[in-house]
Amino acid sequence: MSKLSQKHLLGIKDITEKDINLIFETAENFKEVINRPIKKVPSLRDITIANIFFENSTRTRLSFELAEKRLSADVVNFSASTSSVKKGETLLDTVNNILAMKVDMVVMRHSSPGAPHFLSRHISANIINAGDGTHEHPTQALLDAFSIREKLGGVGGKKVAIIGDILHSRVALSNIFALKKLGAEVMVCGPPTLLPKYINELGVKVELDVKKALQWCDVANVLRIQLERQQIRYFPSLREYSLYYGINKRLLDSLHRQIVIMHPGPINRGVELSSDVADSDHSIILDQVENGVAVRMAVLYLLAGAAG
Amino acid sequence: MTKRKKLIFDSDLLDLTISRLCQQLIENHADFSDTVILGLQPRGIYLAEQIHRKLEKDTRKTIPLGYLDVTFHRDDFRRRETPVKASQTRIPFVIEGKKVVLVDDVLYTGRTVRAALDAMIAFGRPAKVELLVLIDRKYSRDLPVAADYIGKAVNTLPSERVLVELEAQGHEHNRIWLINKD
Repeated sequence: MSKLSQKHLLGIKDITEKDINLIFETAENFKEVINRPIKKVPSLRDITIANIFFENSTRTRLSFELAEKRLSADVVNFSASTSSVKKGETLLDTVNNILAMKVDMVVMRHSSPGAPHFLSRHISANIINAGDGTHEHPTQALLDAFSIREKLGGVGGKKVAIIGDILHSRVALSNIFALKKLGAEVMVCGPPTLLPKYINELGVKVELDVKKALQWCDVANVLRIQLERQQIRYFPSLREYSLYYGINKRLLDSLHRQIVIMHPGPINRGVELSSDVADSDHSIILDQVENGVAVRMAVLYLLAGAAG
Repeated sequence: MTKRKKLIFDSDLLDLTISRLCQQLIENHADFSDTVILGLQPRGIYLAEQIHRKLEKDTRKTIPLGYLDVTFHRDDFRRRETPVKASQTRIPFVIEGKKVVLVDDVLYTGRTVRAALDAMIAFGRPAKVELLVLIDRKYSRDLPVAADYIGKAVNTLPSERVLVELEAQGHEHNRIWLINKD
């Protein structure tokens, strides 16, 4: 079988380990494709995809658009800031209007958790969640796990620490689901105010001391402080956060072992990561970006293929 | 449902045929200085490897061998129940300006070869492309495709299937069968 168990990719929670491995195997083939002289295959040439972004994005939107174009799909882009959403249209009306123009797949980012799940109950097009509020960001988790697999030869049995603003991070939640399904051990680390209550119910370890987390892990996935989602103050100042939770070269050298540093971007240099770490050979941040295109191609290809 | 199996190639005949195909290639490509071999995934690669080994031994030359996967160039995407699983493409050499010999085990509708031509040009513009197949299923083409080197041309019905068993694929003997699916 080379088919996903789901029609949509709404979250990692809904898919199986088998689905994830199928996506990875397909992504490996696409990684070879995007390193060819002509980086394009005709698979999705009769498919139209709408990228609907109700929230800002650079990397994810660009990565999806490149993935779609390298599969020869027709692409339309929509961003809320320049649209009729401002004039008071509902989400369902906006999307139905786009679908009336014969769109086959929708890639959506929205600030409300569950927005793509709501849509999936009302429209027939395949939906890929490109981030819904603080809930899930499935393709990011897939590309993170794919990058770990590529760097360390596998995910099962590896120790991964997710460090930073866990409370506001959809990347953290999707990563926890993906890594657990693939058999990794997961730890979250951050200031107590930025760790969700009952997070250990998901089967993850909790650590408040960043140095202990780094000593434990094979891979550190470092997250950004999402100031735009913080309505109240969770810590005294960015300087203080950086002092206690920022990762710099000196801290890494004190571990006496090599660990892998990941970051989903955008990096706030000097806050969660210092430049000498972000640009060091510990870091696979740019590999993550390259793998993002291959993984998204695999997801689009497998979802579109099952539609027929 | 009775399943009839007819042997069309045994090990000895297969060796003989591969030797003949290699001689034909040598006739046309002389010293192989501008020739590369591309085996089509997933099953053409075993034959390609066997031919490549024999050619290198007979000519005492190094001949580039690559694998080409056509999955993403197929014309039946979204038209079958489950998508075909992709295999690895590995072409660690330049094909621009070269003579390419595509190798597959069975030529049937010609659609795989069409996809292969499409997939191949993503790597450059070859000077010439030839097709080598072990089994040519006659009168069953959907597209105007013909092979340049043929192991054996066989009359088949659409209800029949050609089963290739090679030692390189883990089978006990090299054998090729014609199976009636009805």
